Amino acid sequence: MNQAVNVGTHSKENFETLGIPTGRLAMWWFLASEIVIFGGLICIFLLMRWRHPEWHAEAEHTLNFAGGFNTLVLLTSSLSAVLAHDAIEKGLPKKAASYLGYTLLGGILFLGVKSYEYAHEIGAGFVPAKSMFWSFYYLMTGLHAVHVIAGMIAIFVVMLGVRKGQNLQRVELVGIYWHFVDVIWIFLFPLLYLSA
Amino acid sequence: MSDSAHASSQSFITKYIFSTDHKVIAKQYMFTGFFMALLGGFLAYVIRMQLTYPGESIPGYGAINFLQYNSVVTMHGTIMIFWVAMPLLLAALGNFLIPLMIGARDMAFPKLNMLSYWIFFLSVVVLIASFFVPGGAANGGWTTYPPLSSAKYSGGQWGVTLWLIAVALEFAAFLLGGINFVTTALNMRAPGMKLFDMPIMVWMQVVASVVFMLSVGPLIAGAIMLLLDRTVGTGFYDPAQGGDPMLFQHLFWFFGHPEVYVIMLPAFGALAEVLTVFSRKTIFGYKMIVYATIATGGMSFLVWAHHQFVAGIDPRLATPFSITTILISVPVAVTTFSFMATLWKGKIRFTTPMCFALGTISLFLLGGVTGIHHGAPASDMFLHDTYFVVAHFHYALIPQVFFAFFAAFYFWFPKMFGAMFNEVLGKLHFLGTFLFMNVTFLPMFVLGFMGHQRRIANPQMFDTLRNAQVEHLHFIATIGAFGLLLSQVPLLINLVVSLIKRKAPGNNPWQANTLEWTTSSPPGHGNFETQPTVYRGPYEYSVPGAAQDFIPQNVKQ
Repeated sequence: MNQAVNVGTHSKENFETLGIPTGRLAMWWFLASEIVIFGGLICIFLLMRWRHPEWHAEAEHTLNFAGGFNTLVLLTSSLSAVLAHDAIEKGLPKKAASYLGYTLLGGILFLGVKSYEYAHEIGAGFVPAKSMFWSFYYLMTGLHAVHVIAGMIAIFVVMLGVRKGQNLQRVELVGIYWHFVDVIWIFLFPLLYLSA
Repeated sequence: MSDSAHASSQSFITKYIFSTDHKVIAKQYMFTGFFMALLGGFLAYVIRMQLTYPGESIPGYGAINFLQYNSVVTMHGTIMIFWVAMPLLLAALGNFLIPLMIGARDMAFPKLNMLSYWIFFLSVVVLIASFFVPGGAANGGWTTYPPLSSAKYSGGQWGVTLWLIAVALEFAAFLLGGINFVTTALNMRAPGMKLFDMPIMVWMQVVASVVFMLSVGPLIAGAIMLLLDRTVGTGFYDPAQGGDPMLFQHLFWFFGHPEVYVIMLPAFGALAEVLTVFSRKTIFGYKMIVYATIATGGMSFLVWAHHQFVAGIDPRLATPFSITTILISVPVAVTTFSFMATLWKGKIRFTTPMCFALGTISLFLLGGVTGIHHGAPASDMFLHDTYFVVAHFHYALIPQVFFAFFAAFYFWFPKMFGAMFNEVLGKLHFLGTFLFMNVTFLPMFVLGFMGHQRRIANPQMFDTLRNAQVEHLHFIATIGAFGLLLSQVPLLINLVVSLIKRKAPGNNPWQANTLEWTTSSPPGHGNFETQPTVYRGPYEYSVPGAAQDFIPQNVKQ
């Protein structure tokens, strides 16, 4: 961690007894609790899926180009989040703000494609109550989408601050969160799309 | 954190309502908890009256039908666990004590802390609103098992939906609070304070917060699934649609059993502080208690399926869960016996907080021992869902939620309010509560062995329960419940009188060592006038050769 990042977190009251910036420590604890939410959900799904091999017939309907494209979009948006953090470390907040802008664009594109998928599936009669597979599909991708939206709001707020040169350490924090959202998708994609 | 600079220029609203000061937030949690305890106590009164005089109109409530009785039982349990135990033991004590005990100016994230309280407040509003919606409050039991909580069997009413929303908000509040607790304790300690210099209370709050954060997730997912089942028509818990109602039980207790320890650990933290100060002795086995606490927290994740012994579980799973359930009593016993060993040959001072602390241990032993009956599937088959269980968990929870909290309340009252309480009223409060607690719940062990199911609205409708003995036992328990409620009157009088009289307690009325006693009572905004530095552990009492029988943590030598 270089000095440019630590400027914002260090203050007289904040001892950092462990030597880890308090914000980062809090973010990891927050993610620990998030991991348990998605972890629990994924365990439930796996146990159910194991008992119901017939779900693969339903899962075939999710296997399409859109899902793969969305995975690419989300991974790319994580790349620009890393580049934003890198720009902060090099002392270039303006550049970091525009990288965060690209991450936001990625998020918007991801949600757009996801909405198109939802509309397409619901139009074809695959509504949440159709069968257990679809219930899980909408529950898990929906909960993930809520996290994407929350992450985008956070990134937007941080981006506005960074433009004015404020709270630079937060770029790293929203970056960690965005990677988490990305990793969750990496789990959901094979489970819900590729498992046909 | 910059708020502390403007302490003098704060308006009433920023100082007392939307405050970021951890001490004010602690009081907000505490008084909200007290208010909810009164509500929960009122519901307990309704339950007792209905069981003793089934079908008769209850003064203050009116006639009660079976559906309403189910609501009352559900809300009594829900309120007492989530809206009394959690805010009092975790939020109020943790918020007030963690920064003061580690020598910090405030929490790591004061604004997050304020947000946590106001989300909690919103959950209170939603929960209370659920009493007044068509169909009444949730009535599926505090565990809200489907199908009892499904749209089909709860009449499709609003109660369960609002219950789920309120609980979700409450969890969000405590997740934010927990992150604050852990980061503050890890990262804001005063110079010189190593992890093993932290008072046991801080350890307990941290471990409890971690256990909460790591156990609540699956239930959040499970609650969303139940909400979808009720509103969208999915069938996660409906066998007809390919779902499984047992799934919810597992998700609930994967959280619910660790939750027992989330409540227990802060209570033990209070005991550790109070017992050492009033025994004038160092605590017995500081590190052993810390390790036992961590072991308890870890093992609490591996016991949940003992709640499914009767509902249906593979016998090959029942045995391991039975073993872990009985095994977890080992670290809990290590802690309890360390407390007792702390008393051994101490110069015991029988103050009000000490009485409550000793009361906690003696009552909790009975609650702990009767837990063994449920850990073993053979006896659990017989006792499951009877009043024996009701007596067991009241003996396990009341000592923690009320006795240990009151020990803490009286102990830190001078620090919190800058006023000394009345000892006579305090002891009266203790004696009444201790006596009537036993009068209320001892008969329930007997009722349970007689086969009295819990949650039934009218025992006289069952042939086996329609006899004089059952009526007598219910009558005794009801007398006890009245006594228990009346015994809280001295507390209220004490609170009001001492706040009016304002007898100044001085910085350190108990001659205690931990950092909160080195600052003024009550501490100002920012807690410490100069940053304390820590040179020693928290429990150096009666050290041979020392000038006084206590050496505060910030004394160099």
